[in-house]
Amino acid sequence: MSGLKQYFKDSWEGIWTVLVGMKITFKHLFVPNVTIQYPSVRVPMPERVRNRLYVNMDDCIGCDQCSRACPVSCISIDTVKSLPSEDLGVTSNGKKKALWVTKFDIDFAKCCYCQLCVFPCPTNCIYMTDVYEFSEYERGKLLYNFSTLTPEQAAEKKANLEKFNAEKEAQKAAAAAEAAAKQKIEKPQDKTE
Amino acid sequence: MYEFLTNLIGNEVLAWIIIAALPLFVVILPYALVAIWLERKVSAHMQDRLGPMITGWHGWLQSFADVLKLLQKEDLVPAEADKKLFNIAPALVFTASYAAFAVIPFSSAFIGSGAEIGIFFILAISSFAVAGILMGGWASNNKYSLIGAMRSVAQIISYEIPTALIVLSMVMITGTLSLEKISAMQTGYFWNWYIFGGPEWGLTKFLLIPFMFVGFLILYMSTLAEVNRTPFDIPEAESELVGGYHTEYSGMKFAMFFLAEYANMFAVSAIVSIIFFGGYQSPVGYLGDLFGASWLIPFEQLFWFVAKGLFFVFVQMWLRWTLPRLRVDQLMNLCWKYLIPYSIANLIIIGIISLI
Repeated sequence: MSGLKQYFKDSWEGIWTVLVGMKITFKHLFVPNVTIQYPSVRVPMPERVRNRLYVNMDDCIGCDQCSRACPVSCISIDTVKSLPSEDLGVTSNGKKKALWVTKFDIDFAKCCYCQLCVFPCPTNCIYMTDVYEFSEYERGKLLYNFSTLTPEQAAEKKANLEKFNAEKEAQKAAAAAEAAAKQKIEKPQDKTE
Repeated sequence: MYEFLTNLIGNEVLAWIIIAALPLFVVILPYALVAIWLERKVSAHMQDRLGPMITGWHGWLQSFADVLKLLQKEDLVPAEADKKLFNIAPALVFTASYAAFAVIPFSSAFIGSGAEIGIFFILAISSFAVAGILMGGWASNNKYSLIGAMRSVAQIISYEIPTALIVLSMVMITGTLSLEKISAMQTGYFWNWYIFGGPEWGLTKFLLIPFMFVGFLILYMSTLAEVNRTPFDIPEAESELVGGYHTEYSGMKFAMFFLAEYANMFAVSAIVSIIFFGGYQSPVGYLGDLFGASWLIPFEQLFWFVAKGLFFVFVQMWLRWTLPRLRVDQLMNLCWKYLIPYSIANLIIIGIISLI
């Protein structure tokens, strides 16, 4: 008899517990959902988030410190000295710019977002932004060129400098030759000795 | 309906073809698209998610997009499969669920066939789907498909017994197998439904009520198992069997299995609502009677029928997202040790009460 009692008890419990579960799920129909509709709604990023780097080229003095700090060598910088006749202006914190930055490439395929390049910068021109949606189908597209100079301009600056250097060399050589000639004239007897 | 169409078209064969195609294009396809969307939304909201939101208002076009995708998919047949059986199986499964709609009265004016053996026909034709499922599982030449198909067959055959016993007890009370007549008997207000003891007033009505509730629960559970829905979805247990009997199917053949599942859900909900909840009868009377517009009544009946059917489909979804899946032994335990003894006892008690 107790077996039969247990049987009915089990059947009732089976139905009752299903109803309890159904009550819970029904309540959840009206609970506000937790989904964030991602492309149209975005979670605000924390203040100190580390994502894609940005370089403000107006302030960059081409000191190469960020490149040397980078643990994965993803920053590559080329600079060309400016001519004395050229004025590159000053950075926002008053440093005089002396170099043309002909190349400032950051390869985000390599970048590990460690932020080590940010601290050495003397002008605070390289910093982390909150942009994180920059995936590409080709790896080459992750190589960002920050330099404000076009390749032609960069080549021109280089040529200018070479020309200037050559002129300087020529001047120097000429001056040296002149000096030597002067010496020759002044002290011809030394040479004969 | 048939006479009306014959008079309209003047061709008997054409009228029959239209009658046969109507449930498919007017009921099953739009219903399946809505039900799949509803299932996704219900499941999402029960889990505090949103579900599809991009295609249309709250993603209501998602099913259409899915159908377009399935139509474009490659029709794969595994190299080692039995190609003939593999191709027949989805059509067979769908035919079985489609055929069940032939005898379901959607309203007093729209029934495919007013056959006297309606409910018996449905019980017979729904077992027919077993052949298709086993065929699909066997022809796939995949162990998961075969295990799924065998589980499905074991389950459907077991759960047909309580279904048939409850239907039998209802047939004893109503004295007819015709679904049309069972619906017509429960006319009037909701206390005339069989869940509340039937249309005849007296001692029997009140004695019957508790046993009707038990019968309803058993019928609902066993039909739920017959259409392979959670918690009785071991034939399609994704976590154990990859996909069940339709693992190897893709594109439209998979869609036919899917469509058959949703069509079956509505069919069994319709049977439950016809037997216990008055079928197409309104619970509170008709607007057509109120305004003296008798042409309105069949449309109202269609509305009530679809509303009741969709409500039970919703409860099926609700159960799906509430309960975990039963083990095979628990499944057989529930059927043979609980549902069948209860339904036999219910049958005997209802027989005695109806003798009073």
